Amino acid sequence: MIEISHVNKWYSPTFQVLTDCTTSVTKGEVVVVCGPSGSGKSTLIKCVNALEPFQEGDISVDGTKVNDPKTNLPKLRSRVGMVFQHFELFPHLKIIDNLCLAQQKVLGRSSDKAVAKGMQLLDRVGLNEQAQKFPAQLSGGQQQRVAIARALAMDPIVMLFDEPTSALDPEMVSEVLDVMVDLAREGMTMMVVTHEMGFARKVANRVIFMDRGEIVEDAPKDDFFGKTRSDRAQKFLSKILSH
Amino acid sequence: MNYHWNWGIFFEPNPMGTGTYLDMLLSGLVLTLKTAVLAWIIALVFGSIVGVMRTLPSKAAGWFGFCWVEFFRNMPLLVQLFLWYFVLPELLPKSTGTWLKQLPNAPFWTAAIGIGFFMSARVAIQLQAGIGSLPRGQKMAATALGLTTFQGYRYILLPMAFRIILPPLTSEFLNTIKNTAVAITIGLLELTGQARSMQEFSFQVFEAFTAATLLYLLVNAVVVTAMRFLERWVAIPGYITGK
Repeated sequence: MIEISHVNKWYSPTFQVLTDCTTSVTKGEVVVVCGPSGSGKSTLIKCVNALEPFQEGDISVDGTKVNDPKTNLPKLRSRVGMVFQHFELFPHLKIIDNLCLAQQKVLGRSSDKAVAKGMQLLDRVGLNEQAQKFPAQLSGGQQQRVAIARALAMDPIVMLFDEPTSALDPEMVSEVLDVMVDLAREGMTMMVVTHEMGFARKVANRVIFMDRGEIVEDAPKDDFFGKTRSDRAQKFLSKILSH
Repeated sequence: MNYHWNWGIFFEPNPMGTGTYLDMLLSGLVLTLKTAVLAWIIALVFGSIVGVMRTLPSKAAGWFGFCWVEFFRNMPLLVQLFLWYFVLPELLPKSTGTWLKQLPNAPFWTAAIGIGFFMSARVAIQLQAGIGSLPRGQKMAATALGLTTFQGYRYILLPMAFRIILPPLTSEFLNTIKNTAVAITIGLLELTGQARSMQEFSFQVFEAFTAATLLYLLVNAVVVTAMRFLERWVAIPGYITGK
């Protein structure tokens, strides 16, 4: 579903953020990307839907090359759901309108259909009573669940999560993870940048560990947690699992 | 001071035979309002376009925006009106120049367009700042949903940016109204111009300019009040300045 091959990215001639990253995500697979901050994991996931440009290598999603100038990027992106660390709901739109805007403007759905779809997804994340509120009137956890519903409203073939729980108060983390676990169990293809190793243990098929722009480890979940090979990944794991 | 006060002067007929002196001042007020409104529309339209251009990744757009802003804000308004009114017709081919000079209401159009362009530079800078103050993730979220750049600005960035810059835009609207007084120098008989003719005909300088002062204050008070209502009208529930 996602093919990433030999991707190199520089912010400036002397500052390389991604070095020869190669991996793939197959249909229905849940891949967790972890690593210390500044390791390039968020950058990598943003390259997948071309939110960030890269200079070398190829990325394709469902057979469409994202770095091909001829690719219709808005169309491709509309099929790739993305959830951000800071939710990024549109503050001037009601919750239901946050869910409907792109359905109508990008997919061309009628208002009735978009609202029906939106309400169905709000119901799914347990927020249908908040439909007429504005984002600033919701808690962080609720906002992130709306953001997930907003992405799902586009009927994506794959979902990207960029540290979806990092900006949340601890008590709200689980309500968001619950939604993500459900999604994973229903067979959604997911690429998730997160430090939530509990989530990785529960639903990930594979775990990728990145450090300094390189993919250091790319292993099935049980191998990753059972017999981590690289020193750097071991150190990282021991630090984040020690508490 | 040996001055003969005569507040009744406003109800005496003016020497042009167009009614009373008060009628004269009011016709000036109407022209002030017409000029200000047209100039403000021009400032908003061009300022918005240029302001957006300054936030686009395109170098050409950024460069055009830079030149526009620096050209129109780095010259005194008075000089700009002289340029448009006295110099431009001379630079054009003779027939075009003559046509331009003989246009009916030439001072009005020159003032509206000249002040409009001058103010557009200021609107552009503020809109640029407004867009720049939005979290970077907003544009990313719009892009990730498949919205085009145009749609992202139209539905996400601009509605928020304009809300944020509404208070300074109020000041710019007031400046536009006050700047119309400069048009007296190219022969526009707006409020200040009419107050001066009234003074020249009647020698009642204090009465004339007291009336003009009060009319300016009144107009601007109406604008400030209206903008307050507008601010409240578009406030977002729960969001910073919202209720």
